[in-house]
Amino acid sequence: MSEQLIFIAALIITLGVFTYTVIRLASFFRLTRPLPVKNIDKRIGVMMKVAIGQTKIFRFPVIGLLHALVFWGFCVILIGSIEMVIDGITGTEHALKFLGSVYDIIMASGDIFAVIIAAAIIVFLVRRFFLHVRRFSGIEMTHKSHRDANFALTLILLLMLTLLGMNIGYVAGHPGGYEGVYPASKAIVTLFSLSTSDFTHSLYKINWWAHILTIFFFANYLPYSKHFHVFMSVPNVFLSRLEPLGKLPNMDSITEEVRSMLDPETAYAESPAGEEEQIERFGVLDIEDINWKNYLDSLACTQCGRCTSVCPANITGKKLSPRKIIMNVRERMNEKGPGLVKNGKEYTDNKSLIRDYITEEELWACTTCNACAQECPININHPTLIVEMRRYLVMEEAAAPGELNAIFTNIENNGAPWQFSPEDRLLWTEK
Amino acid sequence: MSTKEKINVPVMADLFARGEKPEYLFWVGCAGAFDDRYKKVTRAFAKILNHMNVSYAVLGTEESCTGDPARRAGNEMLFQMQALANIEVLNCYEVQMILTICPHCYNIFKNEYPDLGGQYETINYLEFLKEEIDKGTLKIDSDIFKNNTITYHDPCYLGRANGIYAAPRKVLDSIPSKKVEMARNKSFALCCGAGGAQMFKEAEKGDKEVFIERTEDVLKTNADIIATACPFCMTMMSDGLKYKNKEEEIKNLDIAELIAESLNL
Repeated sequence: MSEQLIFIAALIITLGVFTYTVIRLASFFRLTRPLPVKNIDKRIGVMMKVAIGQTKIFRFPVIGLLHALVFWGFCVILIGSIEMVIDGITGTEHALKFLGSVYDIIMASGDIFAVIIAAAIIVFLVRRFFLHVRRFSGIEMTHKSHRDANFALTLILLLMLTLLGMNIGYVAGHPGGYEGVYPASKAIVTLFSLSTSDFTHSLYKINWWAHILTIFFFANYLPYSKHFHVFMSVPNVFLSRLEPLGKLPNMDSITEEVRSMLDPETAYAESPAGEEEQIERFGVLDIEDINWKNYLDSLACTQCGRCTSVCPANITGKKLSPRKIIMNVRERMNEKGPGLVKNGKEYTDNKSLIRDYITEEELWACTTCNACAQECPININHPTLIVEMRRYLVMEEAAAPGELNAIFTNIENNGAPWQFSPEDRLLWTEK
Repeated sequence: MSTKEKINVPVMADLFARGEKPEYLFWVGCAGAFDDRYKKVTRAFAKILNHMNVSYAVLGTEESCTGDPARRAGNEMLFQMQALANIEVLNCYEVQMILTICPHCYNIFKNEYPDLGGQYETINYLEFLKEEIDKGTLKIDSDIFKNNTITYHDPCYLGRANGIYAAPRKVLDSIPSKKVEMARNKSFALCCGAGGAQMFKEAEKGDKEVFIERTEDVLKTNADIIATACPFCMTMMSDGLKYKNKEEEIKNLDIAELIAESLNL
């Protein structure tokens, strides 16, 4: 009974902290611009393929397979964790055993996956500590990012070891028979000829508690870590852009303006009285100009750097790093979000996303080749955000590089980026 | 290939005046009309169209920039002014099918003009040629490239932007020659460095130009022809070959030129 009370207290604290986090994030999301979500059926397909099927992570086949195994393993092990919560609250043992042979399959695969995940995590840690993986470095990869990565990986390793410890203690403690099937743990029990004893009993108990408390801690650590992607990736894929990568979103506010300019009826008409709505800024200067999906992208990004590793600008030594752009969004929201929530839309800290976080030099280096978006395992779209920031620079500040201003003038005057007359458009037929 | 003679290209306004309506509008694009090197590609494709008796016309002096470089450089206002004006011209001629060579024009007609009321069936010349080869209406029996090794550079706005990877390779396969892929190909292909209005400005400071990095990919294949399918890629890869002093050994040709030469046009 007292164990139950401790468990329930721990659970309430966990849920309490988590609720605080959710409320905080929701208040940040409310600061962002709207973006409609359509085509739910298509989205389910994309989610099944890219998130559940892990198709894009396999573009890096070896490490991709390890990641996919960790992901699928997590999905199976999650069922066991839910059972542990039920057991913890109600005082039962193996509450889901009524599932029969399905239960055996879940437990057996969870047990085997625990070994696979532990091995994969060790490989990941070895890579981070001893091998030089180019995409793990870069100006945006601070000491803090690396520490965060190593800490989260260690937590996952701890989760797997405690799960195995728990299973080993359980199997060894019940020589007469037990619920579920645990092939890996059984093998270890046989190998070390473990038999039921006080040791196996406390092995089970200690690991049970260590496992569930680590989960509780992990769940509340994640939202403040790059490993938030454990929660956010699947929703992020579900909500990702469905259009071809080449398509940029249309600015409907501009369309209205251009149409009224082109239409002689309305070109000189006064705007209807009483409709003095607040004019939205063109493009993105700061965090309140992004849409909610840009913010979700930034929360779901796990800084894997696949985007940056294929960016032509970054490969050739330019400052642009698509990963940095996404990370900057999250950092800037953490900095300015609380002030905006507290003081309202007019709040300013005399800083902005462009310039204080992202330089113009970075923004102008993008070729919009979409290699970053193609590579992102969770369908983050970097180029549209980069173009949104260019839109701000060009339309609000007229701050394009000089050569681009020249082509704007040419397009306006003679309908081509170069200075040629439209009259000469058929000369190619002659020579 | 003779480059002196005038090619007979039907112009929309003339056809319209005679009460005729072509099946396709061939959108030439600014590079197609004005870039000295790329004009040869436009000529090659027009010759192919004439050779196949395709019903088409160009807008000629009524054509204007689609607005792609403006939009990608952030000048949405200028883009939309160009787009709405172009849509008015296209709708006035009741255009239904647009044929493009430039992948940037293709992308903008296919994906972006519909938001502004410009609904057309847009076909890239490589999809078009593949169709004709599949149907048997376009046959190539010359083997002038049989001793050449061709590598194809995927333009970003055909490949990643629109998923067109098979058609260009299918068209190239119809030309008897050796084919070789670069290490980074299809969706992994490296940009030439000119998209997103980069074509028109100096690159930002870095260790290297993107087109040189991509040219090195080509050199590793030992191909003697780079097949390109985009005016910007054409410029960048030609610059890359010049930089590496390889322009004598390695030719940079558009797929339309390879086909036209194979057809002895």
